[in-house]
Amino acid sequence: MTGLLQAAATKFGTPDPVAIGFFAVFIAITLGITWWAARRTQTAEHFYAAGRSVTAGQNGFALAGDYMSAASFLGIAGLVSTSGFDGLIYSTGWLVGWPIVLFLIAEPLRNLGRYTFADVVAARLDPVPVRISAAYGTLATIAFYLIAQMVGAGSLIRLLFGIPYETAVIIVGLAMMAYVLFGGMLATTWVQIVKAVLLLGGAALLATLVLARFGFDPRALFAAAAQQYGDRVLAPGSLVSNPLDALSLGLALMFGTAGLPHILMRFYTVPDAGAARKSVFIATGLIGLFYLMTFVLGFGAMVLVTPEVIKSIDAGGNMAAPMLAELLGGRAFLGFIAAVAFATILAVVAGLALSGAAAISHDLWSSVIRKGHPKPGEELKVARLATIALALVAIALGVAFKGQNVAFMVGLAFAIAASANFPALVLSVFWRRTSTIGAASSMVVGTTATLVLIALSPAVQVDLLHKSAAIFPLKNPALVTIPLSFLTGIAVSLLTPDRESAARYAALETRLLLGEE
Amino acid sequence: MTSDPKSSALAATRRLAAQRWRTALLLTITMVVIYFGFILLVAFNPALLGRRIGEGLSLGIVLGALVIVAAWLLTFAYVSWANRTYDPALKALREQHSAAAGGIV
Repeated sequence: MTGLLQAAATKFGTPDPVAIGFFAVFIAITLGITWWAARRTQTAEHFYAAGRSVTAGQNGFALAGDYMSAASFLGIAGLVSTSGFDGLIYSTGWLVGWPIVLFLIAEPLRNLGRYTFADVVAARLDPVPVRISAAYGTLATIAFYLIAQMVGAGSLIRLLFGIPYETAVIIVGLAMMAYVLFGGMLATTWVQIVKAVLLLGGAALLATLVLARFGFDPRALFAAAAQQYGDRVLAPGSLVSNPLDALSLGLALMFGTAGLPHILMRFYTVPDAGAARKSVFIATGLIGLFYLMTFVLGFGAMVLVTPEVIKSIDAGGNMAAPMLAELLGGRAFLGFIAAVAFATILAVVAGLALSGAAAISHDLWSSVIRKGHPKPGEELKVARLATIALALVAIALGVAFKGQNVAFMVGLAFAIAASANFPALVLSVFWRRTSTIGAASSMVVGTTATLVLIALSPAVQVDLLHKSAAIFPLKNPALVTIPLSFLTGIAVSLLTPDRESAARYAALETRLLLGEE
Repeated sequence: MTSDPKSSALAATRRLAAQRWRTALLLTITMVVIYFGFILLVAFNPALLGRRIGEGLSLGIVLGALVIVAAWLLTFAYVSWANRTYDPALKALREQHSAAAGGIV
C-alpha cells in the first residue's frame, strides 16, 4: 500500500525547478572553468595533457570522475534494488580492473608515451600500421561507450527534468563540445574533479540517510531486505544463470579498464610516473568506496522504495537512486541527485570525446598522414575539428540508439577495450619480440572479432532481430576475444620477426623505467 | 666489457625491470585469482554463497565486500613496495645512467 501511495506522490517526468536550478549552477561553474582553462590551452601539449601540470591527488579524483559513469551510479543501484546480490558482480568487477592498471600499465604508459596509448605501442615499432590499428580499436571502444552515455543521458533527463529525449541529447552533446573544444584536457580534468566530489558527496549523504533508518548497521538493512523478499536477495540469482556468461563479463570488466583510451590518456596529465602511480592508488580508494556505497543504496531502495514502485517508473530500475533521494530528502535532494547524475554523464562524455579527438588528430593525422611531421599548430586545429565532428556523431548515435540498455552497452565497450587495446599494450611493453605486424594484427583482430561476435550474440540476434537462436552463445564475447587477440599478437610476431624493433627495445628498456629525460 | 659504465647501467636497468615485473605479475595474479575465485563461486556454487553466516549476512555479501577490500590492500602493497624499494632503486639507477653518459665524453 505504501508503495502505491509513493508512486502517486512522485513527480518524475515533470519539469522540476530545483533540479534544473542545481543543473544550471553546475553548467555555469563548469563553463567558468572552461573559460579559465581556454586561456591556458594554446598548444597540443596543453590540449591533450593539460601541460602535464595536474597533481597526483587531482588526477586521482579525475580518474574516479572519468570512471564512475551514470551506468555505475544509476545502473548498479537499480540492479541491486531489483535483483539483490547479483548487482555485486558488477560492483566488484568494475573495481578489480584498477589494481591491474596500477601494476601493469600506469607507470610504463607515462614513461613511454606522450598523448595516447598508441604512443606506447608505436614507441619502437613502425608507427603507421600501429597507429591506424590503434585508432580503429580506440574509435570502436569510444563509439560503444558514447552510445551508452548518450542514451543514458537522454532517458535520464526526460525522466528527471521533463525535457524531450532528443533535446536532452543535443544539450549534452553541445556542452561536452564546449568543454573539450575551448578548455581541452585542463577543463575536462576540472569538470571530472567537480563531478567526482559531487557524486561521492551525494552518494555518501544518501547512504548515510539510508543507514540512519537502520541504526547505522548495514546488517540490519540486509536483514530487512531478506525479511521482505526472502533469503534469495542475498544469494546469486538469475542474472548469472549461464556460468560462461558470468566469466566472460568478469574478464571484460577486469581487463577492459586497462584498455579504455580516455582513462589511459589521463596518465599523461601528471608530471611523472610516480605521480601516475599515486593517482591510481587514490582513484582505487575512491572508486571502491563508491561501489560499497552503491550497494547500500541498492538495498536501501529495495527496502524503502520497493522494486515494484521502482520498476513502475523505469523498467530497467535505473531510477532507484533518485527515487530513494526523493523519499529520504524530499524534492530538493532529488533535484541535487538528478543534477549530479546529469553532470556525471556530461563529464564522462567529455573525457571520451577528448580521447577520440586525440586518436584522430595525433594518431591518424599527424603520425599517419603527415608522417610524424605536422605543420606547427596544425595538430591542435585538427583535434578541435575532430571534437566538433565527434560531438555531432555522439548526438546522432544518441538519437539513433534510443531505448538501448545502458549497462549492457558499457559492458560491450569494455569487451572491445579489453580485446583491442590491452593485449597490444602489454605485448609491446613487456615482450621484446613483439613485431609491428604482430601488434597491429592483435589490435585489428581483437576489435573486429569483438564487433562480429557482438553482432552474432543473443543480445543482437534474439533480443534485437527476434531470431529464435543466436549463432554465438555468449552475451559478452571477452572470454573468446581477449585470448584470441593475445594469441594473434604472439603468433604473428613470431611469424614476422622484426630485427630493428627488437634492437630498439634496448633503448626502450631504459625509458620504460626512467622516462624521457 | 664489464667495466663499461654504459653496459653495466643497462644490466642494472634490466635487473630492476625484472624485479618490478616479478612484483607486478605476482600482485596481478593474486588479484585475478581472488576475483575469478569469487566469480566462479557465483557461477558454479550459488548455494554456498547464499548460506547465511549471521543476522542479515550471507557468505556471498561478505566475500563480495572482501574482494573490494582485497583490491585496496593489493594496491596499498604495491605502492608501499614502490615507495620503500622501487623509488630509491630508480634514483640510484638514474644517477648511474647520468654518470655513464657523462663518462662517455
